[in-house]
Amino acid sequence: MEQAPLDPERRLQPAPLEPLGLPDAGLESVVGEEAEGPRDEGPGDGTMTENNFWLKKIEISVSEAEKRTGRNAMNMQETYTAYLIETRSVEHIDGQSVLTDSLWRRYSEFELLRNYLLVYYPHIVVPPLPEKRAEFVWHKLSADNMDPDFVERRRIGLENFLLRVASHPILCRDKIFYLFLTQEGNWKETVNETGFQLKADSRLKALNATFRVKNPDKRFTELKHYSDELQSVISHLLRVRARVADRLYGVYKVHGNYGRVFSEWSAIEKEMGDGLQSAGHHMDVYASSIDDILEDEEHYADQLKEYLFYAEALRAVCRKHELMQYDLEMAAQDLASKKQQCEELATGTVRTFSLKGMTTKLFGQETPEQREARIKVLEEQINEGEQQLKSKNQEGREFVKNAWADIERFKEQKNHDLKEALISYAVMQISMCKKGIQVWTNAKECFSKM
Amino acid sequence: MDMNSFSPMMPTSPLSMINQVKFEDEPDLKDLFITVDEPESHVTTIETFITYRIITKTSRGEFDSSEFEVRRRYQDFLWLKERLEEAHPTLIIPPLPEKFIVKGMVERFNDDFIETRRKALHKFLNRIADHPTLTFNEDFKVFLTAQAWELSSHKKQGPGLLSRMGQTVRAVALSMRGVKSRPEEFMEMNNFIEIFSQKINLIDKISQRIYKEEREYFDEMKEYGPIHILWSASEEDLADTLKGVASCIDKCCKATEKRMSGLSEALLPVVHEYVLYSEMLMGVMKRRDQIQAELDSKVEALTSKKADTDLLTEEIGKLEDKVECANNALKADWERWKQNMQNDVKSAFTDIAEENIHYYEQCLATWESFLTSQTDLHLEEASEDKS
Repeated sequence: MEQAPLDPERRLQPAPLEPLGLPDAGLESVVGEEAEGPRDEGPGDGTMTENNFWLKKIEISVSEAEKRTGRNAMNMQETYTAYLIETRSVEHIDGQSVLTDSLWRRYSEFELLRNYLLVYYPHIVVPPLPEKRAEFVWHKLSADNMDPDFVERRRIGLENFLLRVASHPILCRDKIFYLFLTQEGNWKETVNETGFQLKADSRLKALNATFRVKNPDKRFTELKHYSDELQSVISHLLRVRARVADRLYGVYKVHGNYGRVFSEWSAIEKEMGDGLQSAGHHMDVYASSIDDILEDEEHYADQLKEYLFYAEALRAVCRKHELMQYDLEMAAQDLASKKQQCEELATGTVRTFSLKGMTTKLFGQETPEQREARIKVLEEQINEGEQQLKSKNQEGREFVKNAWADIERFKEQKNHDLKEALISYAVMQISMCKKGIQVWTNAKECFSKM
Repeated sequence: MDMNSFSPMMPTSPLSMINQVKFEDEPDLKDLFITVDEPESHVTTIETFITYRIITKTSRGEFDSSEFEVRRRYQDFLWLKERLEEAHPTLIIPPLPEKFIVKGMVERFNDDFIETRRKALHKFLNRIADHPTLTFNEDFKVFLTAQAWELSSHKKQGPGLLSRMGQTVRAVALSMRGVKSRPEEFMEMNNFIEIFSQKINLIDKISQRIYKEEREYFDEMKEYGPIHILWSASEEDLADTLKGVASCIDKCCKATEKRMSGLSEALLPVVHEYVLYSEMLMGVMKRRDQIQAELDSKVEALTSKKADTDLLTEEIGKLEDKVECANNALKADWERWKQNMQNDVKSAFTDIAEENIHYYEQCLATWESFLTSQTDLHLEEASEDKS
């Protein structure tokens, strides 16, 4: 099925809001550990900035999560979690924020939004959603979707997703995205009305193209390779990190047992009693300190996970290129064959196989008029074909240009974010070491006083 | 009061050298220095066993020479311990390492096991040497100095196996009786021993568990660092940061290994020895109770006028002396043991705390230097952008 060209309507200006603040004021975002959003907007393009004016002083937050029960499509009772999305506009003058919109969405609606964006912006590396099910869990973490810690981390992840979309120079202007934030009822219907599901490329077609394309742009091939490597290495890292966390948990918690036993022992000791007792207390402190430490690390893992999922988004853009390129190659091939047929008919030589030619051979020669007619049809087709090829070529080039621009933007974002994440990991380790030094210094003092 | 100490000439771990330093103020009364080393495997048609070399250096007059070198096997140590227990039933004899390994090991004699045992045997002999009474025991002297054949013939002089077995049966019956008439102070002592035994066993288990967890943590960490290196291969801007993180993780890994070895050298053997000591103490209590019971049964016989009163009275007199000696010996040794125990526990745990502090300090330094290098880089890049 042909894919409709990028519908300019999708880039409609959202419902008019008063332009607030200066065009190049930074985008503000609220709450969440993951409050990411590049402060400096991408290309310093004049046209861009005036178009996302309405987002300049908007704050988006996913502030709450609530358990709900309802009926699903098959009219069966189900429990799900709903998330409260609040949008605030910030008055320029006094910096106060005013709540402009507030609505509840569930995870499946986020998915719907993202799938829509994937179809309509195939040249964009669309930000990923937080994981649907808990993966890379270490033993203390629950793999249960209803577990409050999981829900909390998901809330942060969803907020991060919205902030990423809102800070993307192109995606932020999408009407459906705007409605997602502002129109509670009927939003699903509105999305479905766009008919985006029909416009999506079939996976089979995409797979076919991947295998058969002859001349994809080398950069995309490299990018695909990179995204595979990225996915593989981050998954491996997350798996081992989870195991390390498990072990670390074990080491700390076992020390807690000293606390209890020292305390019981201190009861029979005269001189050693006090020292034992207080040392035991420090062992308890040590053991319980691991909980916070590992919770912080979980946030770090989430930051890595985001880029794990981004790898898939990168691959989606590459697939789109392959599809377009394959389409182009097929069209060119088809045109070439038609031209050849035409030439053969005109000169009377038959080199290419055609059904008409065969039937003519079997059932007798055709008349010159018939041949003329056929040549005419072919010439028309060839003309059409040439037009199509030209426009496909142009589309292809446009796609490559736009996609590559977004990929460069993404690369910078990725380098910045991951570097920050790694540094924050170092900071966490430092904090853990400092706590350890303190506890053991206290314990040592108690021991030496025994 | 005699403090636990190791001969300054003996191969000791750095940590016990620290223990050394603490006791420097004590007048050095040691005139007997013993080392246990060089385990050697011996294979005969009947069995395979290990002998250990024992070197003794002394300035004591009663020794024929000032230096002795002999080889002994575990059986010989066991013989010595039993002789000491017989000769001094209410003294706290140092414990021997276990005869068999508790947790299943494929080979009876693997290197770790032999080394652990060697250290424990070394400690055993030195504890005896430091004991004000035991150090002058004749069997101890023979053990340290006699050649193999001399020792065998000396061993045969002791009470036979059968008589020892007979004693055990009688002893159990007696000790039950002795418990009932135990004086108050020994009740307290027994109470202490029971609880101490419980607690020290728990601490032994906990410490072993910590070692195991640390080992498993170390194993995982070994894999963790290299993944970052792998990742850096596909990155450009991030490569340095990733390599930095990998290097930090590797350094912390090494620090963990050091922490583990500290635990296994400073804490585990000490705690384990006291687990064995607690079993030993219960044996000492029993023997004291038996001696008491012997007296009590004779006294009972006297009051019920069952046998010849004159003979009984004489026997009772002797037994009363015996009981008094036994009780006094135990009381004195108990105080000495408790003091040692406190010191040993205190220093073992202080060492562990020190190990942990050192571990965290090392890791802290590693990560802090990484962070500095990153922020320096950042500032460099920032100034480059501006220019």
